[in-house]
Amino acid sequence: MFKKVLVANRGEIAVRIIRACRDLGLKTAAVFSEADRQSLHAALADEGVCLAGFKPADTYLNMDKILRAARETGAQAIHPGYGYLAENEKFAARCREEGFVFIGPSPENIRLAGNKLMAREMAAAAGVPVIPGSARGVVSRDEALAIAAETGYPVMIKASAGGGGRGMRICSGPEELKEEFSIARAEAAAAFGNDTLYIERYLQNPRHIEFQILGDSSGRVVHLGDRECSVQRRYQKLLEEAPSPALDGVLREKMGAAALKVAQSMNYFNAGTVEFILDEKKNFYFMEINSRIQVEHPVTEMVTGIDLVKEQIRLSAGECLDYDFSSVPGRGWAIECRINAEDPENSFLPSPGTVERYRPPGGFGVRLDTHVYQGYSIPPYYDSLLAKLIAWGPDRKSAISVMSRALREFVIEPVKTTIPLHRRMLADKSFADGDYDTGFVRKFIPVDEDED
Amino acid sequence: MAESPKRLEIRAPIAGVFYRRPSPEDPPYVEVGDTVKKKQVLCLLETMKVFQKIKSPADGKVVEIVARNEDPVADGGLLMVLETD
Repeated sequence: MFKKVLVANRGEIAVRIIRACRDLGLKTAAVFSEADRQSLHAALADEGVCLAGFKPADTYLNMDKILRAARETGAQAIHPGYGYLAENEKFAARCREEGFVFIGPSPENIRLAGNKLMAREMAAAAGVPVIPGSARGVVSRDEALAIAAETGYPVMIKASAGGGGRGMRICSGPEELKEEFSIARAEAAAAFGNDTLYIERYLQNPRHIEFQILGDSSGRVVHLGDRECSVQRRYQKLLEEAPSPALDGVLREKMGAAALKVAQSMNYFNAGTVEFILDEKKNFYFMEINSRIQVEHPVTEMVTGIDLVKEQIRLSAGECLDYDFSSVPGRGWAIECRINAEDPENSFLPSPGTVERYRPPGGFGVRLDTHVYQGYSIPPYYDSLLAKLIAWGPDRKSAISVMSRALREFVIEPVKTTIPLHRRMLADKSFADGDYDTGFVRKFIPVDEDED
Repeated sequence: MAESPKRLEIRAPIAGVFYRRPSPEDPPYVEVGDTVKKKQVLCLLETMKVFQKIKSPADGKVVEIVARNEDPVADGGLLMVLETD
């Protein structure tokens, strides 16, 4: 086991990782931008290195500066968190070359997961259902039209280098497809430096369900159950729960087996997620692999009792998995609400500023992962995620009660947050019934007027 | 005689990073001396990964661009100055 870990991130996830390291008796080194000098992760780590600059490109995305900080602090391993360099194949490879353990998947895993078309081909080859569409990259408009005619409209044009909601266009008919294809191609080239596109049938308001994966260096892969992630706005998740209210035991087992097949066929190492979509007839389709620890990982931790970040560290140190999903049966229910510094009443406009009044919730079944404190000044340069509020209960109904109560207690002022939106969603009958899909959030927010 | 022009300050509605152009390859939205129409985009402000277009509140002329491209600006910080009739 290494003795010191450099945490190459900021915000709540950096705090989360520092805590896991401390629990394992490891020293931590933080990196922080000039805007994050007063940040909680910088205060909690054993030591810190200031990265000159404010913007992500100069700081948390800057490989040279981060690797230099790792050398200076004598860290043996680097945890990238999520976002920033977490899914950067080049960074993972550089860590390896420069003698650091990258706490995460192999560069090969990251490369495959980042190529959405290759991942889709691999899933199909492993016998896992994929959404009907093109079997390979689509190079011409005519080819796109022929495929769409076969799968049926509406279709979605996707960029192979996209993912997570980026680089996608929905087309309701051939006219639209003709028009959008060239634009999508130019956009993909500009945004991702790769203009490979593919086409899939577009499923209206499906559910989004994912499985947590862990792999060890001996090639053993396990899954730790599912998470329901259908509460989204513009493909950004707002609330997640585990397990999914949409799955019964049979379907859960089938989807879990499919997730394992995908992970095994790519020789997956460390923590990752296999994402599926589920249509209203409960057909499931592989969507993508996320080669990182995810924002919503705590809901899985609450129902399995397994600390996923500690597992990431342990696995990276060469230790093995000696359990699987059948040996860690789900215990109760967990829900996570993402508290963002955004105004849900005003097109989710970001809301940086100083937290003048802060009253965190507590009590049985409440977990709060955050970097916020009274007097904290939220910088405008980074993500708007302020806190993840997680509620646990022995069953779904009690988890909802705990979450509703915790949301009532939670005060972050005067910045605008998603707390009021979560309160409304938790009080909704279809949410209580577990009967919701990716169109759910639209019920609670004003119609967007910012589309110009 | 026309009325003397009025000075109109364009300020950041929230803190963020100031951008003069839609992307690094594109030309700036406006230059000093340009005539602008009401609702014309003057610049971008990036706050927490969200880009918002800052539009001109009136017809006028750009007389000064105060903020520097890609520099951080504070809530209410002065971005540019227009002259209107």
